Amino acid sequence: MEALTSRSVQVSRKPMSLAERLFLPAILKGMGITFSHIFKKQPTIRYPEQRREFSPVFRGLHVLNRDEEGRERCTACGLCAVACPAEAITMEAAERLPGEEHLYREEKYAAKYEINMLRCIFCGLCEEACPKDAIYLSETFAPANYNRKGFIYGKDDMVIPNLKTDPEGFAKAKGSPRNN
Amino acid sequence: MTLLALDWLLIIEKLVLIAIIVFASLGIALYTTFAERKVAAVLQDRPGPERAGPFGLFQPFADGLKLIMKEEIIPNSSSKALFVLGPGLAMTAALMTCAVIPWGASVQLFGRTIDLQIADVNIGILYIFGVVSLGVYGIMIGGWASNNKFSLMAALRGASQAISYELAMGIALIALLMTTGSLSLKTIVEQQMAPGHLWNIAYQPLGFLLFFICAMAECNRTPFDLPEAENELNFGYHQEYSSMKLGFYLFSEYVNMIMSSAVMASLYFGGYDIPFFNEALLPQNIAALVGVGALLIKIVIFIFIFMWIRWTIPRFRYDQLMNLGWKSLIPLALVNMLITGAWILAKL
Repeated sequence: MEALTSRSVQVSRKPMSLAERLFLPAILKGMGITFSHIFKKQPTIRYPEQRREFSPVFRGLHVLNRDEEGRERCTACGLCAVACPAEAITMEAAERLPGEEHLYREEKYAAKYEINMLRCIFCGLCEEACPKDAIYLSETFAPANYNRKGFIYGKDDMVIPNLKTDPEGFAKAKGSPRNN
Repeated sequence: MTLLALDWLLIIEKLVLIAIIVFASLGIALYTTFAERKVAAVLQDRPGPERAGPFGLFQPFADGLKLIMKEEIIPNSSSKALFVLGPGLAMTAALMTCAVIPWGASVQLFGRTIDLQIADVNIGILYIFGVVSLGVYGIMIGGWASNNKFSLMAALRGASQAISYELAMGIALIALLMTTGSLSLKTIVEQQMAPGHLWNIAYQPLGFLLFFICAMAECNRTPFDLPEAENELNFGYHQEYSSMKLGFYLFSEYVNMIMSSAVMASLYFGGYDIPFFNEALLPQNIAALVGVGALLIKIVIFIFIFMWIRWTIPRFRYDQLMNLGWKSLIPLALVNMLITGAWILAKL
């Protein structure tokens, strides 16, 4: 009969030789192997103290970006919400009032901006859709929470701290482990 | 007033010695559980427990505390008295062995000569055999009283394994006893310490190998852990146990391991003898203490080998276990005994 695959191996039914029946040579060989592992490098990363670096293309929690003068870039155009396949993003727009020019870059801004992190699939399409470079995915991930409400992130969770006034908060939100 | 004619100091001395040895054994057993986890981890390229205290040294206490805090469950359909008796019996049998092991030479303290051995019985080895055989009752009673078919199966396996391997162990020992001519462990150790006399391993290499394999089987250590085969019998004879009763069972395994290491060190590796060194050069007390240290080091090495084997070899199948015991070890032990007899005759 023709073999169905070229990788089939004939099973050996030979009776065991004396050395095999004694088990001891094989056991000693195995013990040699395990002993050599004492000196091998451990791949363990001791988590809370040591963290593994994310790859540069890691897509984590969202941040809402500021421009060079520290003003929010988002204009509440809603393109990210449209692009979102998981329908995780909602927002409400508001008009910039006189005297708020140092807070918002353009005449319209997002008064409310919420992402449901339980719905979000971290695909990064919002990042691609944004015409104002306002939303980015950072290198952190959503921490655990006790209730579902805690996973709905608002503007105060996501707007990145001002690099000039709060560089530490900025680095934390950016979330690169190299900065931690 | 014949009662007062007793040597009260001797009784106090022995009680103190018993307390020290039992608590020391339990303390060592405590850290043996830690060592087991560490050795397993290191052999598998893992760091092992390292969070509780420096280098994880408080881990055994955390484990013990966890076991004590667990809910104590006694199944409704179990035989309750036996169920409670089981773990105690296992632990008692494990600890009783330490009575006849010579832990060191004698020390001079307060003008008294104190032997570092609880009882120098002249049938020490027979006593050990008797107590070790009692150890299987812990498994049997535990498995029977649980009223659980897996536990019962495990108890059956444990009993048959213990009986099969005790035979080979006994015959291997007879060969040793033929060369020593004494059943007292103290005498056997002192013979090995005598100048011009090598350790018994040099005269009985095959006997030692057989004894070692059987000791492993008696301790229910992998590859002979059929009574507690997790994946076949759920957990074996202590499946229904919880809390500190389970702890006692697990703990008695480690105490057993220490005791069989001590017995092997005493019988085949010179006990508290320091290799390549004449103890008579040191003052008596220091020599005795160094001797205790030497015995402890030998025990630690044996325990490491036990663990090393456990984390290398998978469990035997039941038929392999029986084949090995009855068809290989017992004939080999008999051959060893015959060779030893012929050797003794030739020497005469």
